Amino acid sequence: MKRTVPLFITGLVGALLIVSYYVPHPPFDSVERKIPDYFNIIAAFAFILGGGNLLRIHLTRISRRDHEWLYSVVTVTGFLVMLVLGLLKMTGAEGSAFGVQANLDLADARLLYDWLYRAIFVPCQATMFSLLAFFVASASYRAFRAKTPEATVLLLAAFVILVGRTPVGHLITAWMPEPFSDYFHIPNLSAWLMSFPNTAGQRTIQIGIALGIISNSLRLILGVERSHLGGSD
Amino acid sequence: MPRFLAGSACFSFLLMSPVIAQEGPGSSSPPPAPPGPVSAADRTWDAGGEIIVSWEPSPDADRAGVTHYDIQRSADGGAFESVGTAPAGATEFRDDSGVNENIEYSYQVAAVGPGGEGISSPSASVTTHIDWFNRDRGNILILMLIVCGSITWYIERARAGQKLYIRKIAGMDAVTEAVGRATEMGQPVLYIAGIQDMDDVQTVAGLTILGSISKMIAEYETHLLMPTSRSLVMSTARETVKESYLAAGRPDAYRDDSIYYVTDEQFGFVAHVDGLMSRKKPAACFYLGAFFAESLILAETGNSIGAIQVAGTAMPTQLPFFVAACDYTLIGEELFAASAYLSQDEKMLGSLKGQDFGKLIAMIFIVTGGVFSTLAAFTEAAPVAMVNRLLGLLWGSPQ
Repeated sequence: MKRTVPLFITGLVGALLIVSYYVPHPPFDSVERKIPDYFNIIAAFAFILGGGNLLRIHLTRISRRDHEWLYSVVTVTGFLVMLVLGLLKMTGAEGSAFGVQANLDLADARLLYDWLYRAIFVPCQATMFSLLAFFVASASYRAFRAKTPEATVLLLAAFVILVGRTPVGHLITAWMPEPFSDYFHIPNLSAWLMSFPNTAGQRTIQIGIALGIISNSLRLILGVERSHLGGSD
Repeated sequence: MPRFLAGSACFSFLLMSPVIAQEGPGSSSPPPAPPGPVSAADRTWDAGGEIIVSWEPSPDADRAGVTHYDIQRSADGGAFESVGTAPAGATEFRDDSGVNENIEYSYQVAAVGPGGEGISSPSASVTTHIDWFNRDRGNILILMLIVCGSITWYIERARAGQKLYIRKIAGMDAVTEAVGRATEMGQPVLYIAGIQDMDDVQTVAGLTILGSISKMIAEYETHLLMPTSRSLVMSTARETVKESYLAAGRPDAYRDDSIYYVTDEQFGFVAHVDGLMSRKKPAACFYLGAFFAESLILAETGNSIGAIQVAGTAMPTQLPFFVAACDYTLIGEELFAASAYLSQDEKMLGSLKGQDFGKLIAMIFIVTGGVFSTLAAFTEAAPVAMVNRLLGLLWGSPQ
C-alpha cells in the first residue's frame, strides 16, 4: 500500500499531463496550469517543515553542546531575527505581528530588515559568488594542461576563444588579407568555434537529455522506476 | 548665381523630375480597389485561438497599386481594429492575436497603396471552437509515440528474459569504489541532489540514484551526509533513504538527522556545504541533480579535500565545470540512465535500450536533414523539396 498509492498517483498525474498537452478541450485545457498550483500548496507547507527542521536540528546541537555548536547559535539567531523582523514587516498593523504587540515600530522593523538584508546578507552572498573567479582559475589550470591529445585540443580552443574576445585578439591578426581573415582572423575563428562546434556539441547533449527525460518519466509513470521507493522488491 | 551652380541645379531638377512626377501626384492618385469578398473560418483541430481570413486579391494588386493588406477585426459588433498586415501577394491571414471562444468576430481587409486604402465589405461572423486534439502538436505526438513505443517494447523484451547489452558508464562503476573508500577511511559520503525543487526532473533523477547509492551506503555501514536546499527534497530524500536502509536490512542504521534542510538561498546553501566539506572531510562526494553557478564552487572545494567526486547534471552550461573539477561526470542523459544502470534491473535496462533507439531516430533525422538541406541548395528537384517539406512538418517548421 505504501508503494502502490504513490505509484498510482504518479501514473495518474503523469498520464493526465501527457493527455492535456494534446487535448485543448475542457477539462484538460487547465490541467497544465493547475497542477503547479497543487505543487505550490505542498511547497508552502514544506516551508514550515523546513524551518521546523532547521530549528530542531540546530537547537539539539546547541543543547548537547555538540562539536561546532557555536555555528548553530549563529544560524538560529540569524533565522529568528530575520523571521521576526520579516513578520513585523509583513503585518499591516503598526507594531504588531499577527496580534502580538512588539516594541519595535513598524517603520523601524522595515528599515532594520532591509538594512540586515543589504548590509549583511547581500555582501555575504556576493563573497560566495566571487569565490567562483578563483575556482575558475584553479579548475582551468588543471583542465587545460596538455597531457593528452584531447586536452591539447581543449587548450587550443580555449586559447582562441579567450584571445578572440579581447582587443588583443583583434590586433594580432588585423593584418590578414581578405579571404584569409574571414577564416583565420582570431575573433572570426572564435565566433566560428562558438557557433558551430560548440553549438553542435550542446545540441547533441540536449537531444540526449530530452530522450533521457522521456525515458525517466516513462519509467516513473509506468512504475518501473522504484528506486526512490526503496527498490523493486 | 554662378553658371556651374545654375547648371547643376538644372541637372538636379532634370534628375529629380521623374521622381517628383511619380511621388508628387501619388498623394492625389486614387486609392486601390478594395479586395474581393472576405471570408473567415475557424481553424479546425486547434485550441480555438485561431481564425483563417481569406480574400480575393484587389484588382490593383498586379499593377503595384497595393503595398500590403491591413486585416481589421471587429469583436461582437464593435469597431474594426487592425490585427495585422499581409504582403501584397497574399490572399490568406491567420489571426491568432487574442482570439477567444464564444465571441463573434467579423473581418474586413484594406488594400493599402500610395494613394490610400480600399476597404472590403465585412465578412460574415465567425466563432471559434476548442477541439479535442491540437494538430499543431501532431508531429510531437508521432515522435513521442515512436520513442515511448520503443522504450515500452524493450522493457517488455527485457521482462521476457532477453539479455540486453548496455555500455559501461564509468561514473556509475566508480560509485562502489567511492563508497568503499569512504568506508575504509571512516569518513562520510556527501550527497547533493542539486538546488532545485521536486518539480525539476533532474532532482527526481538525483533522488532515484540516491535510492541505489544509499542502499550501498547502508550495506557498507557508512555515514551519509545530505544537506538539501529545499525542504520538500529533504522529506522525499528521507523517505527514499529510509526505504533503502530497510531494503538493505539495516533500518536501525538510518538516521533522520543525516538528511536536513539548510536554506533555499543558492549561496547560503553553498556556504554551508563548503564549510561542511572543509570540517567533515567526506571521502566521497556525489553531486547529482540541477546545478547552477555553485557547481564549480562545490566541486573545487571537494577537490581540495581530496574526495572522490562523481557529478551528473543535465545543465549543459555547468557540465564543463564538473568535467574539470570532478573525477567522473555523468553527462546529460547518463544522469537519467544512472538509476537503471546501478539497479541492473532488466526492465530498467530495457528502457535504456529504448532510449538508444530514440537516439538512432534522431541520428537518422540529423543525417537525412543535413543531406537534403544541402541538396536543396543546389537543386530544385521535386523529391528533394518533398523530403525537406516532410522533415519540416515533422520538426514543426516549414523548410
